[in-house]
Amino acid sequence: MTPQHLLLLIVALPFLGSFAAAFLPTRARTQATLLAGLIAVVGAVGIGSLYPAVSQGQILLSVTPWLPSLDLNLTFRLSGVSWLFAMLVLVMGALVILYARYYMSDEDPVPRFFSFLLAFMGSMLGVVLSGNLIQIAFFWEVTSLFSFLLIGYWHHNQSARDGARMALMVTGAGGICLMLGFILLGQMAGGFSLDTVLASKDAIHSSPYYPLALALILIGCFTKSAQFPFHFWLPHAMAAPTPVSAYLHSATMVKAGVFILILLWPVLSGTDLWYFAVAPIGAITLLIGAWVAIFQQDLKGLLAYSTISHLGLIVLLLGLGSPLAAVAAIFHTVNHATFKASLFMAAGIIDHETGTRDIRKLGGLWNYMPITATLAMVAAAAMAGVPLLNGFLSKEMFLAEVLEDHSGTLIDAVLPWLATIASAFAVLYSIRFIHQVFFVAPPEPLPRTPHEPPPWMRRPIEILVLACLLIGIFPAATIGPFLASAVRDTLGDQAPAYSLAVWHGFNRPLFLSLTALAGGLILYILFGGRLNAAKASPVVGRLKARRTFEAVVERGIAIAGWLHALAGTRRLQPQLRVLMIFALAAAALPFLFLGYSVGSERWTGVDPVFALLWLIGGSCALAAAWTAKFHRLAALILVGAAGLATCISFVWLSAPDLALTQLLVEIVTTVLLLLGLRWLPKRQPDIWPETRMPVQVLARRGGDLAIAIIAGLGMALISYAVMTRPVTDSIADFFTRNAYAEGGGTNIVNVILVDFRAFDTLGEITVLAIVAITVFSLLRRFRPASDSIETPEQQRVQADFDRRHADREVGDTVTDALMVPRLIMQWMFPVIITFALYLLLRGHDLPGGGFAAGIAMSIGILLQYMAMGTREVEDRLMVLPINWIGIGMLAAALTGAGAWLFGYPLLTTFFRYLDVPLIGEVPAASALLFDLGVFAVVVGSTVLVLIALAHQSIRTPRAARPAEPKAGEEQG
Amino acid sequence: MEIVLALAIGILTGSGVWLLLRPRTFQVIIGLALLSYAVNLFILSMGRLRVDAPPIIRKGVPVDPAAFVDPVPQALVLTAIVISFATTALMLVVLLASRGLTNTDHVDGEESQQ
Repeated sequence: MTPQHLLLLIVALPFLGSFAAAFLPTRARTQATLLAGLIAVVGAVGIGSLYPAVSQGQILLSVTPWLPSLDLNLTFRLSGVSWLFAMLVLVMGALVILYARYYMSDEDPVPRFFSFLLAFMGSMLGVVLSGNLIQIAFFWEVTSLFSFLLIGYWHHNQSARDGARMALMVTGAGGICLMLGFILLGQMAGGFSLDTVLASKDAIHSSPYYPLALALILIGCFTKSAQFPFHFWLPHAMAAPTPVSAYLHSATMVKAGVFILILLWPVLSGTDLWYFAVAPIGAITLLIGAWVAIFQQDLKGLLAYSTISHLGLIVLLLGLGSPLAAVAAIFHTVNHATFKASLFMAAGIIDHETGTRDIRKLGGLWNYMPITATLAMVAAAAMAGVPLLNGFLSKEMFLAEVLEDHSGTLIDAVLPWLATIASAFAVLYSIRFIHQVFFVAPPEPLPRTPHEPPPWMRRPIEILVLACLLIGIFPAATIGPFLASAVRDTLGDQAPAYSLAVWHGFNRPLFLSLTALAGGLILYILFGGRLNAAKASPVVGRLKARRTFEAVVERGIAIAGWLHALAGTRRLQPQLRVLMIFALAAAALPFLFLGYSVGSERWTGVDPVFALLWLIGGSCALAAAWTAKFHRLAALILVGAAGLATCISFVWLSAPDLALTQLLVEIVTTVLLLLGLRWLPKRQPDIWPETRMPVQVLARRGGDLAIAIIAGLGMALISYAVMTRPVTDSIADFFTRNAYAEGGGTNIVNVILVDFRAFDTLGEITVLAIVAITVFSLLRRFRPASDSIETPEQQRVQADFDRRHADREVGDTVTDALMVPRLIMQWMFPVIITFALYLLLRGHDLPGGGFAAGIAMSIGILLQYMAMGTREVEDRLMVLPINWIGIGMLAAALTGAGAWLFGYPLLTTFFRYLDVPLIGEVPAASALLFDLGVFAVVVGSTVLVLIALAHQSIRTPRAARPAEPKAGEEQG
Repeated sequence: MEIVLALAIGILTGSGVWLLLRPRTFQVIIGLALLSYAVNLFILSMGRLRVDAPPIIRKGVPVDPAAFVDPVPQALVLTAIVISFATTALMLVVLLASRGLTNTDHVDGEESQQ
């Protein structure tokens, strides 16, 4: 397997696994764990196997072309820094999956959890491995989506739902900003592929759009990585199951923003704007997060704010803009993931074993779970930055960096103080976490007597803590090479010399570090006792970011509701009116700007017969419009007349196929509407209160009339202007030239339908089939209105007449009346079928084809229904319209797919002429088979619709329930 | 010829649009039918008007595209005719179902206030 394929597979596997896990039985906890774990381990091994190439500075690319012309391809790209992050995602994923196996309760639908988790893992891999900005933004959104689903996993819990929604809204809004920023960035760089962007530093810095793009990208990253003032969603996301908090909300997803900052650091940083936008935000977040963490009473809340603070630290480092700071940022990202995830897992175990996460209620756990306590202590010490642990190393680098001068402004002077204070706070909350939970005697007995968790639940923590120790003691031998390849990838020529040793001698950073440790300890001794009484964090607690957010959301909903009330309507007429007015305006606009002129073609004269035809046709159309309200039957006949005029025009204007089809369709449509007339209410003339039409009605009708006249006039003007212009070159020439040569038919229109544009036709018959089945199912439960249930008056009169005469039976009158037509219609049946088949067979060469033939065929069946009545026909004739539709669809699709067998694209036609005895030369193109499919679908659909409607007349109708008072209609 | 067809298209459109804006479902269906005639003629007219030039090739004679009317609008209209039949059928059934459920044939499913 080539590295390119491997890369594609590593990203695809989690999604496939997610899909598979979704179908596991609800209780299949172990199977789901095995599946998920296996995928994570396979991915990690796969990524690991690519390390040799990456360590040599190679960049592995896997490109699957999509829109090469727009520089948009499915690109995966493995470089030093993305290798590090991908490994982080997969290894942490494997550990969290193992942990979740024991954490999740038997009552939870665990396969669903793993399905979400795997999909998240896949999208996170997508973010770090994508080699294309748009693709990154896509996977970025997908991570937000699965974070939403995972936070809301316990969806019966209100706070889980709220937290999930808040996270989605904040990170989703950020995602949109990121996308916009990326689009701008791509425009500046001249391409969206990462290699193009990373090579265009100068173009990006000199572009006038740089500030805007930077701002948008930073908003995206800051929302995702929970930077002030967007940090508030992260603590609320703690309603998620703890494995999710450990994985998404400390180790991986919240690092996505940091990852983008690192990834684009070479091209975005290095300006004053970058420094002043990023560094202060990071610094404020670092301080606020640490401050608020001190006052948390919830274990996970403390860890969440601590995460915010550490993310702030990383962002601050990136903001400083110096290469050494970037090294420290990458290093701390890894370190933070290890110690914070293990602390979350420990918190989950404590919650699991004692039944509470409230620091005030916990205590003395050292006696019950010494191993877990030891592990948590080591991890917390790493968080506090105690020497010989990995947190210490990156913090040392951080402190060294803040001591440097970066901008020559006040910030340089403030940063060392701020960093030391924040570090002291970190020490303080770390000590509080350990001391309160494990040592102080609990104020009241614990809800449950805790004991050590199952050893395998502890294993992930042990591994992570071991990593903290190993990195902390032997940094150069453990993390060294991986860090080096990531640094070289990000910084290139700027890569600084740095030392990963534990001991750098007595220097200023060490002094600051020791000050922070001592300060934190002293602060805890002085104030630690009082912290349990804290309700909210002083000063910062007043900001109430969450409440602001909710107020904004509520205001948004209110504005939307107001707009809806202002401009929305449930009434059809105003909607159509607005639509028409907009359509008119859109059509008129070009003419207003560019003027209207008639074309130059010579005047072809007016044929008096044609003019007469439309004198009649037009009058019929107007009359139909006039009578449609009160005289439906008359309107139907008049519309039919207008249709006939259209039909004759088609013949006149060299469109025999259209004329044929129009004529046949006209017949079925008329029958269809006639069948429908039976169920419409009797229309009473409008009676206005004062015998005069109210003014509003007059105004409304006047307005509609004006719209109608303008629309008609406009269409007439436009079509006249087009018709009098000379023909321009079009694709028609191609079709005309190749219809016979390539398609084997002389009827160009038919060849276009079944060959050149056969895919359209396939879509069209699909629509037809869908409509027919929809109509059929709508009518199965049809309930006529109460006033339409009675037998129609005509039938009653006839039945009365029959009943009064002894020698007659009910129904005889109808039979007698249709005696002669009935005979003719029965005799016509074979004739019409032959005619239909004739139309079908000759369609490729002469006017006809599947559509016309299909409708002709259904007219034949229809006539039988009219002649003999529904019951009698169905006793003798088996019409299975649904089968016709199905067989037709299959025939058309398979004929098209048959081309694949011969290595041609879908719907390629094969043709030749066959010499059939008696009949003569018959065109035997595969297009004929396709047309046969069209024919069958048209027959099936038409007959299905008409029969379904006709059946209503012989059913014993039941009235619909009286329309219920529509409660709640005014809502929304 | 062009002027007649243009007027025909205009009249069909006008009557169709007027009916489309009416409150009764049957009026809307009739309006849609008229509008579809107008649109079909309009599309056909985009290929310009030709008499006695149907797009059917005679075998054995060299093909001269100039001798035939543009077949593309015709192919489009042919599918449009069938689709408009399908939509009319669907509209009719929705109309009937709505009438059954609401006891009125008003397009809004309830009589207007006035």
